[in-house]
Amino acid sequence: MFQRQTPTPTPPLLVMRGIDKSFGGSPALRGAEFTLGRGEVHALIGQNGAGKSTLIKVLTGYHRRDAGLVEFDGQPFEVHSPHAAQAAGISTIYQEINLVGLRSVAENICLGREPRRFGLLDWRAMHAEARRLLGRFSIDVDVRRPLGSLPTATQQMVAIARAIGFKAKLVIMDEPTSSLDDREVEVLFDVIRQIRADGVSVVFVSHKLDELYAVCDRVTIMRDGTTVRSGPMSEIGKLELVATMLGRELTAVARQGATAFGAKAAHAAGEVLAVDQLAAGPRVRDVSLAVGAGEIVGMAGLLGAGRTETVRVVFGADPAAGGSMRYGGQPFRPTEPADAIARGIGFCTEDRKIEGIVPELSVRENLTLALLPHLTKAGIVDEAEQRRIVERFIQRLGVKCQSPEQPIRELSGGNQQKVLLARWLCMNPKLLILDEPTRGIDVGAKAEIQALIGELAKDGLAVLMVSSEVEEIIEGSDRAYVLRDGQTVAELTGQDLNETELLAAMAHGAHDSREYGHG
Amino acid sequence: MADASIARPAAPARTSDGLGQLLARHGALVGLVLLVLFNLAFTPNFVSWQTLNVNLTQVAAIVIVAVGMTLVIATGGIDLSVGSLMAISGALAPLILLGQILPMPHPLLAVALAFVLPVLVAGAFGWFNGFLITRYRIQPIVATLVLFIAGRGIAQVVTNGNLQVFRNPEFQVIGLGRLFGIPVQVILMLILVAGAAWMLRRTLFGRQILAVGGNEQAARLAGIPVASVKRRVYLISGLCAGLAGLVVIAINSASDANLIGLGMELDAIAAVAVGGTLLAGGRASITGTLLGALIIQLVRYTLLANGVPDSAALVAKAGLIVLAVWLQQGRKST
Amino acid sequence: MTTSLTSRTPLLVLVGRYGVIAALLLLILFGWARYDNFLGSYNILSFLRYTSMFALVALGMAFVIMSGGIDLSVGAVAAMSSVVAALASPYGLIPGLLAGAAAGLVAGILNGILITRLNIVPFIATLATMLAAGGTGLLLAGNQSVSVSYDTAFVELGQGDLLGFPVPAWIAAIAYVLGSIILNLTAFGRSVLAVGGSEDASRMMGLPADRVKFLVYAGSGLLAGLAGVILAAQFGAGQPIEGVGWELFAIAAVVVGGTLLTGGKGSVESTLAGALLLGLIFNILNFENGLGWISLSAYWQSVIRGLFLLLVVILQAKLVGRDATG
Repeated sequence: MFQRQTPTPTPPLLVMRGIDKSFGGSPALRGAEFTLGRGEVHALIGQNGAGKSTLIKVLTGYHRRDAGLVEFDGQPFEVHSPHAAQAAGISTIYQEINLVGLRSVAENICLGREPRRFGLLDWRAMHAEARRLLGRFSIDVDVRRPLGSLPTATQQMVAIARAIGFKAKLVIMDEPTSSLDDREVEVLFDVIRQIRADGVSVVFVSHKLDELYAVCDRVTIMRDGTTVRSGPMSEIGKLELVATMLGRELTAVARQGATAFGAKAAHAAGEVLAVDQLAAGPRVRDVSLAVGAGEIVGMAGLLGAGRTETVRVVFGADPAAGGSMRYGGQPFRPTEPADAIARGIGFCTEDRKIEGIVPELSVRENLTLALLPHLTKAGIVDEAEQRRIVERFIQRLGVKCQSPEQPIRELSGGNQQKVLLARWLCMNPKLLILDEPTRGIDVGAKAEIQALIGELAKDGLAVLMVSSEVEEIIEGSDRAYVLRDGQTVAELTGQDLNETELLAAMAHGAHDSREYGHG
Repeated sequence: MADASIARPAAPARTSDGLGQLLARHGALVGLVLLVLFNLAFTPNFVSWQTLNVNLTQVAAIVIVAVGMTLVIATGGIDLSVGSLMAISGALAPLILLGQILPMPHPLLAVALAFVLPVLVAGAFGWFNGFLITRYRIQPIVATLVLFIAGRGIAQVVTNGNLQVFRNPEFQVIGLGRLFGIPVQVILMLILVAGAAWMLRRTLFGRQILAVGGNEQAARLAGIPVASVKRRVYLISGLCAGLAGLVVIAINSASDANLIGLGMELDAIAAVAVGGTLLAGGRASITGTLLGALIIQLVRYTLLANGVPDSAALVAKAGLIVLAVWLQQGRKST
Repeated sequence: MTTSLTSRTPLLVLVGRYGVIAALLLLILFGWARYDNFLGSYNILSFLRYTSMFALVALGMAFVIMSGGIDLSVGAVAAMSSVVAALASPYGLIPGLLAGAAAGLVAGILNGILITRLNIVPFIATLATMLAAGGTGLLLAGNQSVSVSYDTAFVELGQGDLLGFPVPAWIAAIAYVLGSIILNLTAFGRSVLAVGGSEDASRMMGLPADRVKFLVYAGSGLLAGLAGVILAAQFGAGQPIEGVGWELFAIAAVVVGGTLLTGGKGSVESTLAGALLLGLIFNILNFENGLGWISLSAYWQSVIRGLFLLLVVILQAKLVGRDATG
């Protein structure tokens, strides 16, 4: 029932050419290209905002492309819903598994094409079909159990089994390994190799380089909405891969002046935060780092390396599972963000919309949200004082808004970010954690924010800055840690904090112990 | 995490409001003005002190409850138990007044206790709602459903379902008294509205309510004690319901646990929705709620005064609610 | 999102799964041991006759809740339908039945349109329909009960017997059998649970979520309409002000029956058990008063129902765990 791999050369299964897509005037895809062979496992990689998920969503009918050509299985391909894409043979398996956890394994596999007898559901056939599909991957579970009661890895197998059951010709996997352990990853790879042998193509989105090399045949690298490189996996080295993805030349020329951070601090004063062998959730395994007063410490790593997860634990937003922390020389284990805030820590989150702004409230309210308890006497907000502070910070940070009373949702991303920075700065913090402080912000505002961070550090503030931008890490930070798969793999200081070292650490790590065998 | 999302610059600041947005923001006021104009033109004897008093008196209890409801909804919650809590407080007060729970050494003490205790009891039940919601993370609609059902039962059990008739001028000031010719409950209502509006705007607690409703995650990350804020709004909602229960029985000189506050949760929610408070939380207007309640009341009055039966007013109220919420929806998607 | 159901206390899981059936049996045992005639045919038949209306409404509510929604309009819709059925009763049994059911169906369709087309949250949409149906019922009835015609066989729908069982009980039984078949043996039933479990995932999997939601509200309206027909036939009058609080009785029955209020998990059989259980509490209170030892007023029933609901809701919260409801 499955196509066997036909002898080469075969026409490709999927060709996407010159794909354009923009949202509200800002382009997400600019002439993106993607070609996928039959029975091929193809890595699709790129930084945040590179356009890979938009490309996938265009393919699966979630977004409508503005321009370009898509050919699937030799036919022009026009679908306008995920349902239609699925019917055409394209199944997508998302990182947050898109199945219904409360329903049984068999139901999840068969939903939408339930076997029937005399018009009624044939449960026996449904269970047999589910067992048959899972059996192909040597997976033995009670298919009547609620899916949610099974481990994530098994749930993923169920998602794949569902795709195969729908006679998918192409299975798209979006970061399928992000919450699996090593053994489960192996099982997944076996399954991928098996469906490849059956002639099914796989698009594999991941940021774990070892995995890409272990399972993928070809790779396409995207950056800024276009395809920048495509070729056999074996012809592109890890370092080259990372460099291409980040848009860096491999020549180790330290460029200066690309960012607006000031001169580097000569020396850090005293330790503010020390994190030792921290572990939390599936993504933080062994992270150690230290931040001193007046120092900007960078945190680099590919997507999914565990950077955001680490700083959330430091801030008390998520619980730690192991390791220890010291703050201001004292043992530190915050259980709520309020604990961390009370100790003088501020945290600018990566996702402004979801975790940062309160959209309906004004700039003034948003700016003073954390400070508010200090602005009240007997529960009443001292609005005069509040206004003074807000005015001061709007001026100091150059926030562009009609008035402090404007709802923050009407501001541009850069100005929202400035308000969120001010939210913490007005608290007079000792440690400021910044997660991607300049993401999605226009160039001008970006430079202003970078300059500001530099100034703040000069005044003695300790800054821990997560960033995916190489310049920001190299020029902006005095020291940088590199995380890889939830572990601190390198600490770069002084001369070592350069592009070559950084990319090498992101690509290989310092102790590259985890290897996946080729199948 | 959000790795898969595309970083997009925020949409450019939009300052010109569409008609829908204008209506959603000031729709309540516009609607009220239109209604008044209509009545001036068509309803006989509309301009009279009596018309005003009748309408305000009838609307007072709804507004008092709706003030608490507005705060609850501002945090993104809902409180279905308010009608039942009114019944509890309305059942307790006569028992205290008539000395059936404790012998009262002094009639004035009885009156004082009849004012205070029932309201506190209702508040305690309200706090219990908040406790269920924050401790067990039960959806508000379900958590408050428990007391919606059990609360009226408690009131009925306490009074054995009997109608309690009483006469106590001191106590009934709250429903029948007048100050400068204005009914006391209307003054009470206005004080509550002003106080809650001020609280929402000027106090730490008020700002925290809106932050929790507007973005709970962001509020938590800004150090706001989310659970405590939620518990307090349900407590307040309970207190308001308790007070409204007293007003209702004082007006009637009688307390019937089967009827006090029946359907009140719907009236209150309707007033809040028509008043422009976002049902999803995060934006609330107490004065809007007042306007919303007045609109609903005036629609009913207008229809009645023009010979349309009361039952048709129900249909009109339904239409109003749908319209108000639909307008909100439209605004959210712009 | 997925919810973990493993590694909880097995006892808790067992109570969650069979608790309502066990409680129902215990209550029956208790009644049988304590009161004469508790299991006598008169009590059983009149109990079934009366409880059938609520059971019908609860069945519709169960589907709505399993799909992740809520329907607050059922009580008012049943009242309105009872008026419509009473008005149509002079034309005969079938016209009365069809007219009442159709009135309910129209209200259900209205809910479906408000929710799937105008995207109004179910809670508000059905609240509006509740008001509208209540008002319409009063208008049609002219603010008073409408006597049904005794010239036709219409009253048989409420007062008649068939093969020794009350007609309402037959209607409810058929509805429950059909409901169970639809839920367990049709793709539509599975879609209801899938949409309730995760609407996003269901859409991703290509299920027509809007159509599913539309149909459950239409079905709930239809069943409320049937309940209204029985109400009119049983008490000989269309009663525009009946039905107050029915929606909450139905919700409580569904929840006590173990259906997750967040949707995605539930059972028709347990809903029936839940409805019977809640009805039985009232029945037992009646008997208790009959004994005359203590005078437990009928009002205790709401308190006890509320406590049941509280127990179940907390149990559910513990079962599903903290991660799922957040």
